Amino acid sequence: MNTATAEQINENSSHYAIQAKKLNLWYGSFQALFDIDLDIKSGIITSLIGPSGCGKSTFLRSINRINERLGYVRIEGGINVHNQNIYADDVELIQVRKQIGMVFQRPNPLPTTIKENVLFGHKLHMKDKSYSSADHDEIVEDSLRQVLLWDKVKDKLNHKAISLSLEEQQKLCIARLLPVKPNVLLMDEPCSALDPKGTAAVEELIWELRGEYTILMVTHNMAQARRASDECIFMLMGKVVEHQKTGDLFVVPNCKETADYIEGRYG
Amino acid sequence: MSVEAMPVENLFTESQLNVKNKKIQSLYRVLFLLMTLLLILPVLIILGTLIVKGGSMISIDFLFTDPVNGMTEGGVFPALLGTVFLVSLALLISVPLGIAAAIYLSEYASENWFTRAINLAIINLAGVPSIVHALFGVGAFVMFFGFGTSILAASLTLAIMTLPVVIVSTRESLQAVPHAFREACWNMGATRWQTIRRVVLPNAVSGILTGVILEVSRTTGETAPIMFTGAVFFLPFLPQGVFDQTMALSLHLFVVTTQVPNVPEQLPYAVALVLIGMVLLMNSISIAFRMYLRSKKKW
Repeated sequence: MNTATAEQINENSSHYAIQAKKLNLWYGSFQALFDIDLDIKSGIITSLIGPSGCGKSTFLRSINRINERLGYVRIEGGINVHNQNIYADDVELIQVRKQIGMVFQRPNPLPTTIKENVLFGHKLHMKDKSYSSADHDEIVEDSLRQVLLWDKVKDKLNHKAISLSLEEQQKLCIARLLPVKPNVLLMDEPCSALDPKGTAAVEELIWELRGEYTILMVTHNMAQARRASDECIFMLMGKVVEHQKTGDLFVVPNCKETADYIEGRYG
Repeated sequence: MSVEAMPVENLFTESQLNVKNKKIQSLYRVLFLLMTLLLILPVLIILGTLIVKGGSMISIDFLFTDPVNGMTEGGVFPALLGTVFLVSLALLISVPLGIAAAIYLSEYASENWFTRAINLAIINLAGVPSIVHALFGVGAFVMFFGFGTSILAASLTLAIMTLPVVIVSTRESLQAVPHAFREACWNMGATRWQTIRRVVLPNAVSGILTGVILEVSRTTGETAPIMFTGAVFFLPFLPQGVFDQTMALSLHLFVVTTQVPNVPEQLPYAVALVLIGMVLLMNSISIAFRMYLRSKKKW
C-alpha cells in the first residue's frame, strides 16, 4: 500500500466526510449501537472490521438511512455527512440515497441491460429531456471506464446485466452509482460473494475510486481490510473499540480486544 | 456381532423389505397416473362429442350469419359479437381497477387490520356464486344506477365478478419479482412509483397478462350474471351502444337447448363448440404469449 499518497490525501481534505455523534441505535428493545463517535476522513478508504453482530453493518446502513425501512428501528444522536445532519427534519431521503451510494454483498444488478443499469440512477435523478443519447453514451462509457469494465463490455452494452460474471456484476453495481456523482460510497462486504480473482479485481477498482469518493467498507476479511484501506475501525458489541491508520491498527493496536481479534483469538 | 459374522456378499443385495417397498411405490405410481388420465377424460369426451355431433354445422357462414326461423336455423353472429362486447367491456373495467388495487396491496400497503380486511373481502368476493353477482348487478347497475338491462350493466356485473381474480393473480405476479430489485432501486433514491414503473411492472407483466387472458376465457362462459342484466334470448338487430341489450353465446346455448322447440339436434352442439372453441383459442394465446415473455425474461 502506498501510505505516502494516503497521507497527502488526508492533509488535503480539510474536513471529514462522515461524522457520527453519540449515535445510539435500537432494533425494538435491542440496542445495536452504543454512543458511536467517529470521524471518517474524506477521500480515503476506511474499513470497518469486527466479529459478526458487532454492529458494523448496522452502522453502515444508518449512514444512508436504509435501516429505518425496517420500521422498528429507533435512533438517537446523529450522523453528519459533509457537515450536514442527515437525520435532520428537513433532509430529503431521496437526496441522501443519491449522495450516498451503497454496494451490497451480493451483486444486485437490475433485470435489464448493462447500459440501462448504468443509466438507471441517472435517469431517476436528472431531467431526462436535457440529455441526448450521445450524452447517455458518454455517461455509460465514463462510468464503465471508472470501474475498469469498459473494455470487457463495450461490445455488449445491450446484453442482460445478469449474463455477466459475479465480479463484473459487482463492478456494474458500483458503476451505476457514479453517474449521479455521489460523495460517499458505502460497501457492505463487497467481495464476499466473489472468488479470489474477483476480489482482487474489485479491490483494485475500489483503490482506483479512492480520492474521488469517500469509501467506507465493511469487511469480514481482515486481510482485505489490511491491504485495501487507509484507515481501519474495529467494532465490538456495538461499540467502537479503535480507529486508526490501517498500518498502525494491524501492527500496534492500542487495545487488547483489537489485538486478540486481529490475531484470530476470537470472532 | 463380530465383523466376520457379517455375510459380506449380502451387503448390497435386495432384501425382502426392499421388494415390498418397491411394489408399493409402483402401485402408487400407477394409481396417480390413472387419476391423471381420469382427469383429462371428461375434456376429451366433451370435445369429442361436440365435434362429432355439432362439427358438421360449423362453417364461416355459421359464425357470421344471424339465427333465422325462430332460432332453429342460421348462425350465431349476434351472440358471438355480443359475447365479444360483453367480455371486452368487462375487462376494460376490471383490469385497470384490479391492477391498481393489486399494486396498492402489494407495493404500498403495510400489514395492518385494514389491509387484512381488504384481503378477506377479496377472497370472499371470489367465493360469491355467480347467480348472487347477477342479483347484485340487477340491484346495483340495472335499477339503482338506472342503466337498465344493457351491455353496460352486464359488463359491470361481469367486471365485479372477475375483479378478485385479477387482483389476486396480479398481486402474485408482482410479488414474484425478487425483492432485491426493489431494494436496489430504493437504495439509489428511486421513489416507490419509479421503482414500480421501471422495474416491478415490466417484470411482472407476463404474469399479469396471463391472469387477465385466463379471465377472458372464464368470463366468456358465464351465463347467470348476464341473463338478468343485459343479455336477452333473441334480438332481431345488433346492439348500437352500451345501453342496448345484446345476445350472448352462453345464453344462446341455454336458449336453443331448453327454450326453443324444433331445434335440429346438431345446433346446440355447434353453438357449444363455438363457445368452447373461443375459450380454447384464448387459452392457447395466453399460453403462447406467456412462453414468449418468459423466453425474454432472465434472472
